[in-house]
Amino acid sequence: MTKSFVGKSIKRNDGLDKISGNQKYLDDLKFGGLLYASILSSPHAHAEILNIDIKEAENSPGVKKVITGDYHPHAMGLYLGDKPPLAVQKVRYYGEPVAAVIAKSKENAEKAVQKIKVKYKKLNSVSSSRKSLKKEAPILHKNLKDYTHIPDVLPQPNSNIANLTKIRKGNYQKIAEEAKYVINEKFKFPPGDHVAMENRSAVAEIKANGDVQIYSTTQAPFVVKELLAFNFDIPTGKINVIAPPIGGGFGGKAGLQLEALAYILSKSVGGKPVKIVNKREDDMVSSPGHIGLEADVTITADERANITGMDLQYYFDAGAYADYAVNVSRAAAISATGPYKVENLKCDSYCLYTNHPFATAYRGFGHIELAYVIERSMDILAKKIDIDPVKLRLINAIAKGDTTPTGSLMDNNTGDLKACINKTAELIDWDQGSVVKVDNDKVIARGTGLLWKSPAMPTNTDAGAILTFNNDGSVNLHNSIVEIGQGTKTGLRQIVAEKLQMPLNKVHITSEVNTKTGPHDWATAASRSLMMAGRAAINACEDAIQQLKNTAARVLRCPVEDLTVAKQKVFITDEPDIFIKVRDLCLGYVYENGNAIGGQIIGRGNYIARKLSSMDLKTGQGRPALEWTLGAQAVEIEFNLRNYSYQIKKAASTMDVGKVINPDLARGQVTGAMAMGLSFARSEGFSFNSSDVVQNDTLRDYKILRYGEHPNYYVEFIETPQGDGPFKARGLGEQGVIGMPGALANAISNAVNQEIKELPLIPELIYKNVKKGDNND
Amino acid sequence: MKTYKGKKEISLNVNNEIYKVIVKPNETLLNILRDKLELTGPKAGCENGDCGACTVLINDKPFKSCIALAVEMEGKDITTIEGLKKTKIQKAFIDKEGYQCGYCTSGFIVNAYALLNKYKKPNETQIKDWLNSNLCRCTGYEGIERAIKKVIDNR
Repeated sequence: MTKSFVGKSIKRNDGLDKISGNQKYLDDLKFGGLLYASILSSPHAHAEILNIDIKEAENSPGVKKVITGDYHPHAMGLYLGDKPPLAVQKVRYYGEPVAAVIAKSKENAEKAVQKIKVKYKKLNSVSSSRKSLKKEAPILHKNLKDYTHIPDVLPQPNSNIANLTKIRKGNYQKIAEEAKYVINEKFKFPPGDHVAMENRSAVAEIKANGDVQIYSTTQAPFVVKELLAFNFDIPTGKINVIAPPIGGGFGGKAGLQLEALAYILSKSVGGKPVKIVNKREDDMVSSPGHIGLEADVTITADERANITGMDLQYYFDAGAYADYAVNVSRAAAISATGPYKVENLKCDSYCLYTNHPFATAYRGFGHIELAYVIERSMDILAKKIDIDPVKLRLINAIAKGDTTPTGSLMDNNTGDLKACINKTAELIDWDQGSVVKVDNDKVIARGTGLLWKSPAMPTNTDAGAILTFNNDGSVNLHNSIVEIGQGTKTGLRQIVAEKLQMPLNKVHITSEVNTKTGPHDWATAASRSLMMAGRAAINACEDAIQQLKNTAARVLRCPVEDLTVAKQKVFITDEPDIFIKVRDLCLGYVYENGNAIGGQIIGRGNYIARKLSSMDLKTGQGRPALEWTLGAQAVEIEFNLRNYSYQIKKAASTMDVGKVINPDLARGQVTGAMAMGLSFARSEGFSFNSSDVVQNDTLRDYKILRYGEHPNYYVEFIETPQGDGPFKARGLGEQGVIGMPGALANAISNAVNQEIKELPLIPELIYKNVKKGDNND
Repeated sequence: MKTYKGKKEISLNVNNEIYKVIVKPNETLLNILRDKLELTGPKAGCENGDCGACTVLINDKPFKSCIALAVEMEGKDITTIEGLKKTKIQKAFIDKEGYQCGYCTSGFIVNAYALLNKYKKPNETQIKDWLNSNLCRCTGYEGIERAIKKVIDNR
C-alpha cells in the first residue's frame, strides 16, 4: 500500500526559524567590506533637471562616490525597456531616484545625500490615464519608438500609449444594436502599493575576475540575472543572483527592482560590495506599486438574462514607466470578461503613461482590476434586468466547452464554477437577502463577486528540479522557487515524498535560490510555482527512480521492470523481502570485495508550459493561458447608515483548485489574499495633490487592514482535477484577492442603494456618492 | 527633561545579558539591537512606529524599538524575540499557521506574549486593542487570531 503525503496539512519546515527570530532576510545578512548607498529622490511629479551640484556631497565625511543619471543613461526593463536606474534629464514621478551617494556607513550616506543640490524646472503633469490620451497631454516618453520590447506588446510612439491590446471576438456591433438590456458604466480607482512588510534591498559586488554577485529581495532571480546580462553586456554565466527568503512580495519583487542600480553603484566604486535598502517611503513610491484603472463598460443581455456581448475599454494607469505594466494590461485583456460566457466581445486594453509612481505586477495581475469592473457591472445589470445577482452569475458562468476572450477552449480541466457560486452563496447566507435592516442606523448587507485567473507568462515558461542524495538515503530537492511566505517548498517536499514513497523528514529542500547552482526557473510569480516546479520535481523523482532501479537490478540480478522503489528500499515487486536499501545504492553500490558500481544518483527534472501560443495582435486570438482557476467570493458587512462606516463581518471564497496538496497552507493563501483584496478595496490607494505628489507615502496614512478589522473567513475548495497539474493540482496563490473588491463594493452599493463605481471605499467616498445620487433623484 | 550629548557608553540588559555599547543620542534601540548586538529578530518595517515589526519588551511592556532611543534604555530590561524560548505562543503560531513570510512574526509574537502575560484570559477587545498596533500582509490575521485563542483556551 502506498503512503500518501499529498492532500495532508503538513507543517512548514521554516516554522521554528520564523517564530524564533532566526530566519535571516537580506537586510539581516552580514557582508565584509560593505559600502552603503543612499538615494536622492524627486520632490516633483514631472520636471526637467536643469542642474545637479554634487560637490558638497562628495566632500561629506565617509563618502566614496556620488553618481547621477549620466553615469548610465540607458533605459532598461523586462517587457518594455523604458526606465534608467537614475533619472536622465527629466523626472517623471514623485519619488523617482535622481542621484546616489555611496559611503562607508548608512549615516554618512544619508547625511551626504541631503547635500546634493538639484535645480528643477517644473512641468505640467499627466494626472490620470484618461487625461494621458488627451491631445493637450504632454508626451512623457519621446523616445518610446527606440525602446526595446517583447513582440507581444504594442507601444505607440508620439503618444502616452505604452501598450494597446485588442480583443475582437464574434460580432459585438450587431449584438449591441439588437440587445434587450444594455448597461453603460464608468469605473475608476487610483494606483497604490503592495506593502510587503519587508522593504526591498539589494547588494551588488563585482569580483576581480569580473564575476558579478547580486543578493536581492527578488521573486525573479533568473529574470534579474538575464536582464543584467543583456543591459550591461555581461556574459550571463558571469552573473550570480542569490535570493534569500523574502518578507512578502505580492508581485512587487518580480522584474528588475534595485539590482541594476546596485550594480552600477558597485561598478562606480571599483566593484566593492554596495548595499541599498529602501526606507518604507521609498518602497511605497520610488519602487513600483499597484496599477490604477479607469474603465468604460458596456454589457448587453437578452430577455433570458444571457449576456450577449461586452465592450470593454480599460485605461490602465501605469505611472511614469510601464516596463512590467504593459503585461498587466495585456493579461487584463486575455481575461477581460471575467469568468462569463461571452461570444461577442470588443476589448481595448490600454497601458498608459502618467506622472504617477509606476506600476508593476501585483497579486492577481490585471485580474483583480478587471474583476472589480466586471463584478460591479454584473450587479448593475442584475438590477436592470431585475434578477437576483447570484442567479445572473449562474446563468452566465463559464463552463467546459465555452471559449475564453482569446478564443481558446475551456477544456476538460475546466473547474466547476457553478458549484463554486452555489457553495459561496450558502456560506454567506445569500438566501437571507442582500440588505437586512438591523435597526434605524444599521443594515447587514451582502455582495458577491466571481473570479478567474490564468498565469500571464511567456509561452516558454519553465521550471527545473535536481534531486541529489545523502549517504543516509535522504534526498535534497534543489529548486529555484523563492520562499516568499507562500509555502510552496512544503508542497514540493510533499510531492517528492509521495513520488519516492519516502518519509517526509527524509526530503530536504534548498531555501535560498542561487542562480549558479540551482536549475533554471522563470520566476516565483503568476501562481505557477507549485504547478510547474511540482511537475519538474515529479520528473526528477522519476529519473532518480529509474537510476536506482538500474543499479539495483544489477545487484539483485533481476529485470529492471520487476523493481519498486518505496520505504527507502528498492525491492522486487512480487517478492518484497528481496531488497536493497536506497542508502546503499544512492552514492554507488559497493560489493563485499570493495568493487563499486552505479555511482551517485542525480535526478534531473524539468517542465515547460504546454502548447501556449502568442496572441494575434489585431484580434487577440490565441492560447496564452496555461490553466484557469475559477471561483466565487462574497462578503457580509454591517453598515452604519448615519456615518457610512462599516465592519466586514464575513468573507467567503469557494475556488476550484484541482487537488489540494496541503489544505492548511492552501487556506492560508486564500485568507491572506482575501484580506489583501478587501484592504485594497476598503482603504488603499495613493492620494495626490494638484501637482501629482503622493500625499500618503507612510503606513500611518496609507491604511492597510489591521488586526481586528479582519472578517471571519469561510473557505471551501472544489477539486475538479487539473489533468496536467502535479497530482492534478492547479494554482491558487493569488486568486483569493480577485473577487473581493467587487464583492465589497456590491455589498456597500446594496447597503446605500447607490451604485459605487470608485475605490477606495472609505466613508467619505460613499457619502459623496450617496449625496450625488440624492441630487440626481 | 534629561539631555544627552555626544557618544556615550551605556550598558543594556537585553534577554538577560549585559551588553556594553557606545551609542549616539540619536540612535534608536532598533538600530543598536540589529547593528551592534546582532539581534536581527526585530525588523525595520517602517521606522515610524506604524507597523510593529520591531516590537520588543521594555520592562515587560511591548514597545516599538524604532521609536525608542537607545540612550534611554539604561537600567531597563529589554526582551527581543530571541529572548523568548519555546513559549506557548510561539508553538501556537506554528500549530495555527500564524505566519507566512515571517517578517512581521517577531513583533506579533512579542506583543502577544506580553498580552498573555498581563491577562490570563484577555477578551476580544483587549486582544484587538493590543494587536492592532502590528501589521501583517500575508495571513489576513486568521492564523494569528487562532494562535492566541489556542493559548487562552488551554489555560
